[in-house]
Amino acid sequence: MLSIPISYNLRNLQVRKITTLMTSLAASLSVLVLVAVLALVAGLRSSFEVSASPKHLILMRNGSTSELVSVLTRENFQDVLSRRGIANDANGQPLASLEIVTVVSVSLPAGTEMNVTLRGMSATGWKMRQPQLTLTAGRMFQAGGRELVVGQSIAAKCPGAHLGGQLQFGDGVWTVVGIMNGGQSAFNSEIFADLNQVSAEYHRANQLSSVLIESASPDLEPLTRSLREDRRLNLQVESEHDYYAGQMSAAIPVQFMGTIVAIVMALGGAFACMNTMYTAIARRSSEIGVLRVLGFSRASVLLCFLLESVLISLLGGAIGCLLALPLSRFETAIGSYITWSQLSFRFRVTPEIILVGLLFAAAMGAVGGFLPARSAARRPLLAALRAR
Amino acid sequence: MLSFASLIARNSLRSRRRSVLTIVSIAVSFCMMGVLMAMYSLFFLDEPAPDQALRLIVRNRISFANPLPVSYVDKIKSLPGVREVMIQQWFGGTYKDAHEPLNNFARFAVEPAKLFRLHPEYSIAAWQLRNFLKRPDSCIIGRALAERLGMKLGNRVTLLGDIFPARLDLVVAGIYESAIDNEVLYFHNQYLKESLHKDPDYAIMLMVMVTDADSVTAVGRRIDGLFHNSPVQTKTETEKAFRLNFLSYVGNIKMFLFLVCASLAGTVLLVATNSITISVRERAQEVGIMKALGFSPDTVLCLIAGEAMLMGGLGGLLGLCGAQVLMAAMRNLPVVMVSLTTLSLSPGVMAAELLLACACGMVAAVPAAWQASRRPITECLAQAD
Repeated sequence: MLSIPISYNLRNLQVRKITTLMTSLAASLSVLVLVAVLALVAGLRSSFEVSASPKHLILMRNGSTSELVSVLTRENFQDVLSRRGIANDANGQPLASLEIVTVVSVSLPAGTEMNVTLRGMSATGWKMRQPQLTLTAGRMFQAGGRELVVGQSIAAKCPGAHLGGQLQFGDGVWTVVGIMNGGQSAFNSEIFADLNQVSAEYHRANQLSSVLIESASPDLEPLTRSLREDRRLNLQVESEHDYYAGQMSAAIPVQFMGTIVAIVMALGGAFACMNTMYTAIARRSSEIGVLRVLGFSRASVLLCFLLESVLISLLGGAIGCLLALPLSRFETAIGSYITWSQLSFRFRVTPEIILVGLLFAAAMGAVGGFLPARSAARRPLLAALRAR
Repeated sequence: MLSFASLIARNSLRSRRRSVLTIVSIAVSFCMMGVLMAMYSLFFLDEPAPDQALRLIVRNRISFANPLPVSYVDKIKSLPGVREVMIQQWFGGTYKDAHEPLNNFARFAVEPAKLFRLHPEYSIAAWQLRNFLKRPDSCIIGRALAERLGMKLGNRVTLLGDIFPARLDLVVAGIYESAIDNEVLYFHNQYLKESLHKDPDYAIMLMVMVTDADSVTAVGRRIDGLFHNSPVQTKTETEKAFRLNFLSYVGNIKMFLFLVCASLAGTVLLVATNSITISVRERAQEVGIMKALGFSPDTVLCLIAGEAMLMGGLGGLLGLCGAQVLMAAMRNLPVVMVSLTTLSLSPGVMAAELLLACACGMVAAVPAAWQASRRPITECLAQAD
């Protein structure tokens, strides 16, 4: 089949600049919304992915959906420590951290409050997250004091959480002694403090939350199995990676609503394409006749006009993606019913998302362009030529 | 004037396909916008139902995850303006498979004798209520929940706890009816205590009923003031505010609704502009003839803008009809913290949306109409297509 050169379409679009641009813009908004929603989900996912270390396992009480609702005792921790397969540090101490997780509310400037995860841990817990977490200011908290190390997202948002600042929860006032940078991880939205101090303040001396352990071998399976099989411990054993993947459900409501809105808007975009193409075809009736006389088949004509519609919407898609690119600089926060706290993260516009946006735009153009293109292809040759 | 109206109507029928396409695409956007506006007014503008307005929820000031001592029940009860205080224990846990969203309904351990005093809007058959009060391991469920899960009287419900390490085997003793909130499971707090083999001397939240609606805020402040200097401080909110607070975990709802409505309006504007520009260009010669016949440029402008307003308005109207259909379906959705059963559009909001639709049409027409009305007659007549 002889196909009509694409330059024919490009020239046509160029001649009708304003109409082309108008139609593209109508298509671009829905692509913008779609890309924004996907970038939000991707940002959240990557925040969880970098939070997890491949050799870490999280232990909670069986049946717990999150560290927040899990209860473990110090006896549980001692039992876990004696397991074979846990990595040791340079001093021969096992890399295992007993932690207590609770939620505190900190004040924001607007008079509102934000829920934040407070994690009590020992020095080992900090060491285990080492390559990822760095102190950007101040020092570590000391055991036995009301001292805090806060994530940088919290430090940026909450007026009281600057170095030397004071926050009130538990039984008293805590001093911020350090600010930590967790890269893109979820720890930017957490507050760390001394395990024994937190458990004492919350009257939970022996009701702690979870244990983080590092496996000696890269294969987590043997250690996981040996812990799970011990009925006496009654533990839920998950790799850190799986644990955070389970929290992606926080993004479901936004993803669901956003996708529906993008589709509704795409319907508008497709209608705009349809309008434009019907007009273009009516105007170029005699051109279509000439093309047919020259020997181009009905199928080529159909393809040609379909392509033109797709080109218009692709231009719109490109505009939408361009408008969405600056999103990567912005931070947003999402809450979850699992952790009961807010998690800050950056939008992430990845090449894959751009591709999805462009494909979405192309589909919009194809849907909008199909009926007009078919009517052009079906037009009887003589009638097409005779039209003004 | 009448002749102008018919002229506008006839003009918009000129290219039926284009008009229909434009109107439908405007309608789709306004349908969506209508539903979102209804949600906005339900969340942020509507007054709570009369019985709901009398209820306050007390929780730990720090977070939902921290409980309150049960000793607070009696202390709050003794405050002036308080009619009743009930422990409302959020049980959490899982029913069957937690991955199935339908299985995630609210379940509370309560004090059964007080439950119906705090919820005068609930109705239940007297014999069912007697059974519920008599049998410690029984529960009652809302009508909508019963239908959703296909549960009948006498069925067994097993809940596996997470916050509370307990496995509860409950029997459905009754099904209550209510216009809102009929998707909750209530069971005996006493039974929870026995299943735990110890008395949890704490409660996740307390529900307070005040004597009259006017004193709600004052009583709330009185409760928080009472515990201001104790180790466990409270946060007291109206039932409605409490639920919205829950919902706000998903994100900044106000901002989200606003942004979505703005982008929908943007789409409408662009689609309408596109369509009007095409139709005006097509009619260049006609505009030339009209001007030659003595129509003033302003009349031409009004005619074109009027046509766009008509299309916008029709699209808006159609969209509102669609929104009504969609809302009727949404009213039956499973409750996620905030009940959508009263979701509706007030006449004021509907009028505002129609006005917005007409305005969108008019604004979209301005550039093309202005250009056409100011163009010299000869140029109009000479245009080839």
